[in-house]
Amino acid sequence: MDTKIQNQKGWLFVLPALALVALNAVIPLMAVVNYSVQETFSSNIFFFEGVKWFEQVLHSERFHAALARQLTFCAIILAIEVPLGVAIALAMPRRGPWVSVCLVLMALPLLIPWNVVGAMWNIFALPDVGMLGRTLKNLGVDYNYTQQPLAAWATMIAMDVWHWTSLVVLLAYAGLSAIPDAYYQAARIDGASSWAIFRYVQLPKMRRVLTIAILLRFMDSFNIYTEVLALTGGGPGNATTLLSIDLVKIALGQFDLGPAAAMSLIYFLIILLFSWVFYTVITRGEEAR
Amino acid sequence: MATITLENVRHTYAPRPRGPQDWALKGIDLVWSDGGAYALLGPSGCGKTTLLNIISGLVRPTKGRVLFDDADLTDVPTDQRHIAQVFQFPVIYDTMTVYANLAFPLRNRRVPPAEIERTVRDIAHMLDLETELERRASRLTADAKQKISLGRGLVRSDVNVIMFDEPLTVIDPHVKWQLRSKLKELHRRTRRTMIYVTHDQTEALTFADKVVVMHDGMVVQTGSPVELFERPRHTFVGHFIGSPGMNVLPCRLENGAAYIGETRVAIENPPVRALDSQRLAIGVRPEFVTLAEAGLPVSIVRVSDAGRCRIVEARLGDSRIRLLAEDSVSIPDGSAFVRFDPARTRLYADDCLVE
Repeated sequence: MDTKIQNQKGWLFVLPALALVALNAVIPLMAVVNYSVQETFSSNIFFFEGVKWFEQVLHSERFHAALARQLTFCAIILAIEVPLGVAIALAMPRRGPWVSVCLVLMALPLLIPWNVVGAMWNIFALPDVGMLGRTLKNLGVDYNYTQQPLAAWATMIAMDVWHWTSLVVLLAYAGLSAIPDAYYQAARIDGASSWAIFRYVQLPKMRRVLTIAILLRFMDSFNIYTEVLALTGGGPGNATTLLSIDLVKIALGQFDLGPAAAMSLIYFLIILLFSWVFYTVITRGEEAR
Repeated sequence: MATITLENVRHTYAPRPRGPQDWALKGIDLVWSDGGAYALLGPSGCGKTTLLNIISGLVRPTKGRVLFDDADLTDVPTDQRHIAQVFQFPVIYDTMTVYANLAFPLRNRRVPPAEIERTVRDIAHMLDLETELERRASRLTADAKQKISLGRGLVRSDVNVIMFDEPLTVIDPHVKWQLRSKLKELHRRTRRTMIYVTHDQTEALTFADKVVVMHDGMVVQTGSPVELFERPRHTFVGHFIGSPGMNVLPCRLENGAAYIGETRVAIENPPVRALDSQRLAIGVRPEFVTLAEAGLPVSIVRVSDAGRCRIVEARLGDSRIRLLAEDSVSIPDGSAFVRFDPARTRLYADDCLVE
């Protein structure tokens, strides 16, 4: 006989969370799935279309271009923010009164609302009025982010680096603070150079937090919308039209709900795929040790 | 290889020390002769680790000097002192193999590869790590990791002293004994000076030729395990070493003779001159107290079995006294008399042996 007490009341505790997840994630996602396989013209009449929208999106030049821009953006900001964040974390004091000062300063950009960040940089970089734009002009640099694609990209990347490097810094700093003093002492006794200490003590110990930092930064930058919209609106032309901006243009600008829904699903799957591959590669590496 | 001398070393972690309570080390003079096996024994917080870190150069003493032979190394950084240290928790380089871990100190010092290869294999053989050389160090057990930490000290030919900071804390009890005998064997083979910090008297007494007992930032006695047991120079040493520790019984002096209550007690060290100390006590180990027909009247409180013998706990006036009784001795209920072995009964004034 099974003597275990069967108590199904436990499910009641999970119910609120389940309801919340259903309302804000599962149901909207299912609605998108629904749109992605149907055609609608007006007055809520739908026709089933199968995978037509998916084929259309996957073959469209426009989608390819937006995806390429998106991936370039993610690659560049990861390549800048991760090393820079680690470098700043290494330079921060480990103890003393300056620790909290540094931490608060580092956390400030993270606290600013995203659209405010975009608006700030928009004004800051304006060619004739903004502090950055004006200074560059006075220095003789031909810089106008509202007209030059390269300048727009540079501004967009500078903004993201300013906004998000702190996150990498805070995570890396947490990883560094968790290393016991004995490791540094042993390394000094073993005559290790500061580079060797970084390579063989600090970097391996930061591995986990850096994995998290890279994952978070990848997912967030792949989803970026608000800041870029406030800064450039996707321009000049389509130069900074990243995936999310393009998606909103299709969905709300042109009101092509079917293709937009198909595109969001593809978008979602790409993030899922990248994150999964990245996570497995990193954790595999960990297990193999 | 060098003799290490500490000259009046004092250290405080407080920026503005006010009283003696702010000093972690209160004036230490010690000489560690070359090739010795030393244990630094004392309770947690008595300054053992601080003293160790001062020798290794991880901490700079507030006052005093550190000499290696005749050279003053007080301000010389750790990596130039030719010392090795094994920490409480195994410190290994996670991403490296066992081989790379052992080779690391040599590679940092640009030793030729052929010599590294030879030395590492040699040390791995001594430590029984030969079969593990190609494995990732992070995958080994705690005791193997601790062996690697030790190996990193042994590979270097220039090491003056290897220091161990409670190295067996995280090791399983049944492996502790093995590692300890391994250390002893390594000491015999390499003849390097070793300093072993511990708060465990068994570890200290089995490892060391000479034990330095610390208490509250001071060295209270330095001596062989036998000396510490037979002739503690401080009541703390009496307490701390031995199980159960030494009995310390308040007494008074009359015409040069010691009395506990109204009973005269024969002591090994009658004072040769007048003592101006306030607190006098008689110290005698439980091993040297016996039940007798006459002597000091006590009342027996408790008898507990300690395996080969029994520990008898009794009251003597206001103080408590413990003695060891063989299984063959019958223990009376209630009141009894005890005798002290006069050659092992000593007078302490203000906790220090009267000499």
